[in-house]
Formats: sequence, structure tokens, C-alpha cells
Amino acid sequence: MSMNKRSKRKLLVVLVLLGVSLATVLALTAFEENMLYFYSPTMVKNGEAPSGRKFRVGGLVVADSVQRASETLWVKFDITDNAETMTVEYSGILPDLFREGQGIVAMGAFNEQNIFVADEVLAKHDENYMPPEVADALKAAEQQK
Amino acid sequence: MIPEIGLFALIVAFSIALVQGVVPLVGAMRNDATLIALARPAAWAQLLFVSIAYAALTHAFIVHDFSVLYVSQHSNLVQPLIYRISGVWGSHEGSMLFWVLTLSLWTTAVAVFSRSLPEVLMARVLAVMGMISVGFYAFMLWTSNPFERRFPVPADGNALNPLLQDIGLAIHPPLLYMGYVGFSVAFAFAVAALLGGKLDATWARWSRPWTTVAWSFLTLGIAVGSWWAYNELGWGGWWFWDPVENASFMPWLVGTALIHSLASTEKRGVFKSWTVLLAILAFSMSLLGAFIVRSGVLVSVHAFATDPARGVFILVFLCIVIGSSLALYAWRSGAVISTGRFSWFSRETALLLNNVILLTATTAVFVGTMYPLLVDALGIGKISVGRPYFDTMFAIISMPLILLLGIGPVMRWKNDNSQRLIKQLSVIFVISLSVGIVLPFVIDGVLNIATGLGLAGALWIGLTTLQSLYQRMKTSARLPLSFVGMITAHLGMAMFVAGVTMVSSYHEEKDVRLEPGAVYELAGYEFKFIGVEKVSGENYSAEQGHLEVRDQGEKIADLYPQKRIYVAMGDPMPMTEASVDTSMMRDLYAAMGEPLGDTAWSLRLYYKPMIAWIWVGCLLMTMGGVLAVSDRRYRQKRA
Repeated sequence: MSMNKRSKRKLLVVLVLLGVSLATVLALTAFEENMLYFYSPTMVKNGEAPSGRKFRVGGLVVADSVQRASETLWVKFDITDNAETMTVEYSGILPDLFREGQGIVAMGAFNEQNIFVADEVLAKHDENYMPPEVADALKAAEQQK
Repeated sequence: MIPEIGLFALIVAFSIALVQGVVPLVGAMRNDATLIALARPAAWAQLLFVSIAYAALTHAFIVHDFSVLYVSQHSNLVQPLIYRISGVWGSHEGSMLFWVLTLSLWTTAVAVFSRSLPEVLMARVLAVMGMISVGFYAFMLWTSNPFERRFPVPADGNALNPLLQDIGLAIHPPLLYMGYVGFSVAFAFAVAALLGGKLDATWARWSRPWTTVAWSFLTLGIAVGSWWAYNELGWGGWWFWDPVENASFMPWLVGTALIHSLASTEKRGVFKSWTVLLAILAFSMSLLGAFIVRSGVLVSVHAFATDPARGVFILVFLCIVIGSSLALYAWRSGAVISTGRFSWFSRETALLLNNVILLTATTAVFVGTMYPLLVDALGIGKISVGRPYFDTMFAIISMPLILLLGIGPVMRWKNDNSQRLIKQLSVIFVISLSVGIVLPFVIDGVLNIATGLGLAGALWIGLTTLQSLYQRMKTSARLPLSFVGMITAHLGMAMFVAGVTMVSSYHEEKDVRLEPGAVYELAGYEFKFIGVEKVSGENYSAEQGHLEVRDQGEKIADLYPQKRIYVAMGDPMPMTEASVDTSMMRDLYAAMGEPLGDTAWSLRLYYKPMIAWIWVGCLLMTMGGVLAVSDRRYRQKRA
């Protein structure tokens, strides 16, 4: 059953194509489910953000907006793009560089009471660093004024 | 004065690289022995001058020369010496200098160790590597000069990001770069062979050890990076599918495919042009990695550089390198004739399937990493791809790979008999599958098919590998080191699969609020929070928590996680320093959150079963690579 050069090359091409197309189909399906869109507080206020699906929001943490529960790890804070403000709720440990005035990104979804509940809050490990999405959102809000 | 010497040395090195990249090629074309002979001395001269430049920058760091912008941005007076030395490659400009130094080291190593190569081929290989150097020197001189001065000179510099002040991160980038850049050797051999139009199996023998060494460095570099993230970031994870991690994982996947394909080409003379294509692809992935990390297009912990000119430069360079090598491939690969013949049921086919699966995995990572960048670049929106996408993809893709990993090594070259193979493997297959499926039930009384399959896969790889070792020992008195290397690496893979399965199925983690004296039970272990005290280090002060961990009343560990504040000019920077009690069967891990009220703290507690197997597995893979290149046949002189 030995194969000549041409049929071997054909086998190679077919296998590669098969693998690549399989990967594409799998990827697109898994993709669709795990794609996270980013919205600024302004976009959220305008009703652009989806309900019943996870997404990411970002902005600056509003001064004096951080409230903590006394007995649990529950925390609530506002973020802003300097045009609109929205509230984020989270239960857990906030990152090292979470501070008022700092740019953060939160991943989560609206709950039934229409409150945005985050399951992940990201702040970057650099005091000068601004998440690029937040920087763009601030710029966009600035231009709309 | 010394920084100027450094810059001057860099410019000289750039000029030498130009000569090294062009003259030997012209010589090879005209068959001019004098021009061809220039390649080696040029490689040495380039190494000399880039070393001078590198030493100059290191000197500036050591003596606190804050008139150098890069030094003032990334070090300060209180920074420990070791982190000043590692600070050289800690950020953008210096890491590029480190990159060209590494490239030059590899080039010189080829010049030294491949003395048996035909002179013309050697000239072409060194020329191709010289041209790659030219690209990176130009990148540095035009967009990222590490020796740029600043005026007025500040009295003290900025802090190095405290995250980078860790021994793991000090050694992680050099290892990774050795791997990335090492693939340039396989690339240069491939392009040189295409230029010469002579792609025989000896080509594979020459480039194989180089590729294996590069792959070993990359494996170790990725493992150290993962271990660092686990210990340092305080999130308890070992892999985040962060774009920068993916940037190192893609060349690893293609490099792994390349190692296996080179084996077929060397031993059997098959897949010659496919192997050339893989060599081009592996280095292209390294360059793509550089683009991803250095262009600042990413939302990532690692993305320091945000200068669009740099991104554009690397992107153009990437297109030139990939475009021209693929064009050359299209033009010349027709001349390559594969001589070996094999039936569809043979080790050749198994290795081919290995390549298909690994490239499928690469595609999956590539799509998940690059698609958000593309969408952003087109201005359609900002998206990111969640971790579950990658997890799902790899759970699916790894299954056929694991199955194949058990079969391939015991298959015969050329043509095998399926009856023989079934007879040999069926017992192991049944044992692995049944034990794997039953194990989760033994562990926690729940039948979990996904976990069971993962454990079955680890057993399958481990047992089949041991079986092929046993068989080989029966028939041959001395085992070749390359074979021992393969066995070691595959056993490492088995450990890796076992570790990943266990930790993802049975890890437990909890963010808790604890008062001093309070006890929290996690995975059967009692974590008792004793309290917090203030401690200080060379350039930080910290609140250090103390937890006692008990297992059935018996104290087994003390954990001392810290919340550090790094004191430097400007804002103080907080940093979480986790505390981990490691053993082969489980890690207990605690990280400090923040103070809540007067005495209470939020704490992050983790139980990670068998997570150490992941890194031990990677170490075994690395060792396997090292053993394989130590094989005596690579030391024999061949012309």
C-alpha cells in the first residue's frame, strides 16, 4: 500500500485543509459564545449594552463612590467616562491598584434588578497606565461634549 | 561618555550586520571564496560590538547614570543590584538590545559549532541571520534608542515596576528570547537551503539540534513565566490566555511541530518542503510575538510600549521577512523532491497528523489573539475573547493529540501492521481508560467524564511511553540519548496533562473576610488567621499576614503573605506577595486582599491539587530536549 509522491502530497493537503477547517468551525462557535464587547458608561446609558450577556465596561473610579459592606467582601463603586456614570457591584478582592480616580475595566453582566454585577475587576500594575479602552472612551466622551 | 560609546558600538554592529547580510550572499552567488570567507569574521565582529553596547547599558544601570533616559525610567537609587542588572532587559529598549545580543550569540554559535558545514551554505546561513539583525538594529536606532540622554538629569530614577522585581521575572525573558531568537537558526537554514536549491536530508540533520535547543529554551521560558505569574500575581492561576502568553505559545506549538517534522525529514527523507515551511512559520510566529508584545496594541499586563511608530516598524519588518521567505519558498520548493515512501499506516503518517493537530491548535490561538486586534484596527468595536474559548478549544484539540502521542512512538517507520499495534496497545488502552474514568469517583465520589478522560490521557501517554522504553531496552544494549530525550519529554507531557486535569477539576479558591483568630476551612484544610505585622525590605515596607494551616488538627504549614508598598519617587506602589506551601500533591496558597475595618482583612485562599506537576512536566520536556541534542550523532563531523 505504498504511496507515490503525488498522492502523499494530496493526503497532506487534504489533512491540513481538514484540520484548518475543523479549527475554524470550532473556533467560530466557541468564539461567538465568548466574545466580550466593551462599552463605556455613555454607551451603557444609551442602552447599547446587552442584557443577559457578559460584557466589559471601563472608566475612572469616581471619588468617594466606593462603599463596602462591613461583614462581607461586597463592594459598590461608580465609574465614569466624564460624561456619564454607572454603578458597579462586586464581591471579592479588588486589585492592588484599584483606587479612586484610577482607570479600571470590569467584566460582568446586568442582573435582574438591572444592576451591573462584575465577576472580575482589572486595574493595571502601573500607576501611569490607563487601559486603552478607557482612554478611548474618555476621548470619545470628550468629543461629544 | 560610556553611553555614547554604547551607541557608537551599536551603530558599528549595525554596519557589520549589513556587511554580514549582503557580502557572503554575493560571494555565494558569484562563487567568490574571499567574499564567502567574510561571513564568520563578520559574525564575530558583530558579537564584539553588540556586547560592548550591552555592557555600556548595564554599566549605566549599575552606576545609576540617570542622564540616560531608559535608566532613569526603569531604575532608582534604592533598587537592589540584581534588579538593576535585570532591569537592562526589563523594558522595551533594553529588551530589544538583549534580542540583538541573543541573535548575535546564536549566529556566532552557528559559526563555531557547524564547522563541518559546506562553506557556501554556512555563508548563506550567516547572511540570513545578519539580515535579521539588520532589521532589529534599524528598529532600535530609529525608534528605540536605549542610550537616549535626558536633560536636566534627575536626582533619582523611577521605580522598576515592582512586579518585575522578582527572580522569576529576571530570568524569564532571557530564556524566552533565547527560544524566540533560536528559531531564527532553523529559519536561516531553511532559507539558505532554498537559496541553494539543495534540500536534502542532511539539511534536516544540521538544523535539528539548533531547533531542539531553541525549543528547550522556549519551553523553559514559558514554564518559568507561568510559575512566576502563579506565585507573583496573586491570582493563583498558571495560564491566563493573555495575548502575550499566546504570543509565546504560538511559536512553541509551531516549534513542537517542527521538531517532529524534522525527525521525519532527517530519518526518512519525507516532508522536506513541509519542514521548510514550518521552519519559516516558527520564526514568523516569533516575530509576530515581538510585534504583539512591542507594538502596544494589546490590553495586557505586559504591554509597556505604546508608540505607534514601533508597531508600524515591526509590522513592516514582519511583512518583509514573512513575505520574502514565503515568496522564495513558492519559487524554489518545487525543486524539492521527497524521496521516502511510506504507507498510510506508518510513523510518518502519525507525525504528519501530529503536525496537523499542532497547527490546528496554533490556528485556534491565532484567531483568538489576533481577531480582537483586527476588529479594533478596523474600528468596528472593542472586543476581547474570553478564557472559556481557549479552554474549550484546547480540551477538544488535545484529545486526538494525546491519543496519537501514545500510538506514534511505538509505530514503525514506512509501514506498520495494524494487528500488531492493536495487540500491543489494547491492554494499555483499556487500563488507562478504565482507571482514568474510575479515579474521579475514588477522589470525591462523583463520576466526572471530562476529568476521567484527562486522567486517562495522562495514564495513556505515560504507560505507552514506558512500554516503548521497555521494548527498546529489551532489543538494544545502549539507548541512544535522542531516544531517552523523547521518552523524557513525553513523560513530561503525561505529567503536564495530569497536573492540568487535576488542578482544573479539583482546585478550590475563596475570597474571605477574616478577623485575627478566625478559622476558615477549604478543601479539608483549616486556615487560621493569626494576625498582621509590619515588616520592611530593601525598598519596600509591608503588612505581613500570618496563617497557620492544619490538616485534621495537625499543623502542616505557616503562610506569610504580604501586602507590599514599594517606596520610590512618585506614588507608592502596592503589590501583593502571595505565600505558597508547595508539595507534589498539593499547593496551599494565600494572598492578602485589603484591611477591612480595624483588624479584619480580606484574604484569598487557594487549594491547588498537583499543580506542581505542570511545571515538573515542563522541566522534563526541557530536559528531554537537552538530552536529545546531546546525542553523539550530532557531534560527529559530517560534510
